[in-house]
Amino acid sequence: MSSDASSASSGDKSETSSVDIRGLSRTFDGRTVIDDLDLTIAKGEFVALLGHSGCGKSTLLRILAGLDDEISGEVIVPARRSAAFQSPRLMPWLRVWRNVVLGLPGRANRDRALATRYLAEVGIEERAGVWPKTLSGGEAQRVSLARALVREPELLLLDEPFGALDALTRVNAQRLVGELWQRHGCSILLVTHDVEEALLLADRVLVMDAGGIAHEVTVDLPRPRALGSPEFVSLRSRLLGWLGVHDASASETPLERISS
Amino acid sequence: MSVKEYAAPGAVPPKPTAQAAAPPDTRLTIRPARRARRIPRLPRAVRRAIGPVGLLVAWYLGSVTGVLPENVLASPVDVVRQAIELTSSGELPRAIAASGRRAATGFVIGAAIALALSLTAGLFRLGEDVVDASMGMFRAIPWVGLIPLFIVWFGIDETPKIALVALGVTYPLYFNIYGGIRSADSQLVEAARMLGLGRIALIRYVILPSALPGALVGLRYALSTAWLALVFGEQINADAGIGYLMSNAEQYFRTDVIVLCLAVYAILGLLCDFVVRLLSKRLLSWRASFDGDGA
Repeated sequence: MSSDASSASSGDKSETSSVDIRGLSRTFDGRTVIDDLDLTIAKGEFVALLGHSGCGKSTLLRILAGLDDEISGEVIVPARRSAAFQSPRLMPWLRVWRNVVLGLPGRANRDRALATRYLAEVGIEERAGVWPKTLSGGEAQRVSLARALVREPELLLLDEPFGALDALTRVNAQRLVGELWQRHGCSILLVTHDVEEALLLADRVLVMDAGGIAHEVTVDLPRPRALGSPEFVSLRSRLLGWLGVHDASASETPLERISS
Repeated sequence: MSVKEYAAPGAVPPKPTAQAAAPPDTRLTIRPARRARRIPRLPRAVRRAIGPVGLLVAWYLGSVTGVLPENVLASPVDVVRQAIELTSSGELPRAIAASGRRAATGFVIGAAIALALSLTAGLFRLGEDVVDASMGMFRAIPWVGLIPLFIVWFGIDETPKIALVALGVTYPLYFNIYGGIRSADSQLVEAARMLGLGRIALIRYVILPSALPGALVGLRYALSTAWLALVFGEQINADAGIGYLMSNAEQYFRTDVIVLCLAVYAILGLLCDFVVRLLSKRLLSWRASFDGDGA
């Protein structure tokens, strides 16, 4: 992986930033999906990446994960990073706890106590001994998060991890990710197409279009954030506008709506 | 029932005069399904047994009434009598042991070859190109047709019989294990790479478990093919085994012994199938319970 090799040579930048991308391009059979992209993610920063399907946001995440190295440009990422995807991708033939510690070096990959500790952190330690097929979608996604966290990553990559969850489960999972981020202090890149999710969780929201970062907004709202606050609503309609969606409530604040 | 009925079941509701305003009497009462039956239901196992038992009875009646002459098909009573006689004389157990040994030896050899080839083809690009194309070509040859060639190569002793079983076992196992390896979920493979699994760990924790369901299906096919290959193989100058019993009986038109031998082949096949089912249930317990019986 080119990313690992280059990370050693640029120790100066890694003092403050977790991810440094310079002039990244990725082409699939002549079709440019990522075009000369620059991006820096600070240590401990929560960045959300919005965009339409096919805008290249998942490709960017896969490159950062080291799953795609047919790239040009410079990508520097922490060596310790892990990912959770839209489908939990658990090995169905391993018990839940074995899934969590699978791939850890040495004897740690049989350390049930370690697995249980992280399962407890995502709130499902009582499911440690069952087969993954018996988990609900939300539970499986929590296991997937525990599996990502057990590696104590400096960078956590989340590719629409709540996309397949029902609305109620999603709210809980989002809150959980927010808590885990504050406790672990890792950088997070969250790929999503849910504008509210991005605004609830992230320090900075990027909108990707035509293979590059088209728009960027810093979310300076105190946490926990309320969906209805005027700042939130105006940020949401701004982002929706960038995404090409006209927000019907854009012209009025929620208070006005109630009084009318 | 206390629910008021607006339309008797089966009665045609009067046609609405105007489509917009449906008359109130077009409502139906949804009744609970009638569960209690006057005739108690036969248990499923009993109902399933009716067919085979009926055939046996018909066979027996046919023999008793002379519709089925003995030189066409012996009566089931004669077959059972033969079974007892040949068992007490030790002839049948010896034959089963001899055939079982052939089947087992051939199976082990065939399974080892299939495993080696499918792993080579499944795990290495070069292996796939070399092995899979060849296996596809060889599969086009009906293995039973190789008997004359095997006699020329291996003579008429045990070797051609075992070779035939091994050959019959190799194909279903190879194609199912290879297919299983190739069907490994690319998302899981990716997740495993992301988790830092090396090549060996990837094979052990991801590739081989994904191939297991297919391998077990292949195992069932392979075992039934093994017995089939044995039936063919034992037609070659056997001096022991079930096939030997059968070809002896053929000389004297002893249809009772022939039918007995066929029954023994069938029972052995069923036993093998049962063992694989048990094995599947244990090894595939991670699957959701509704398809936990393997196949």
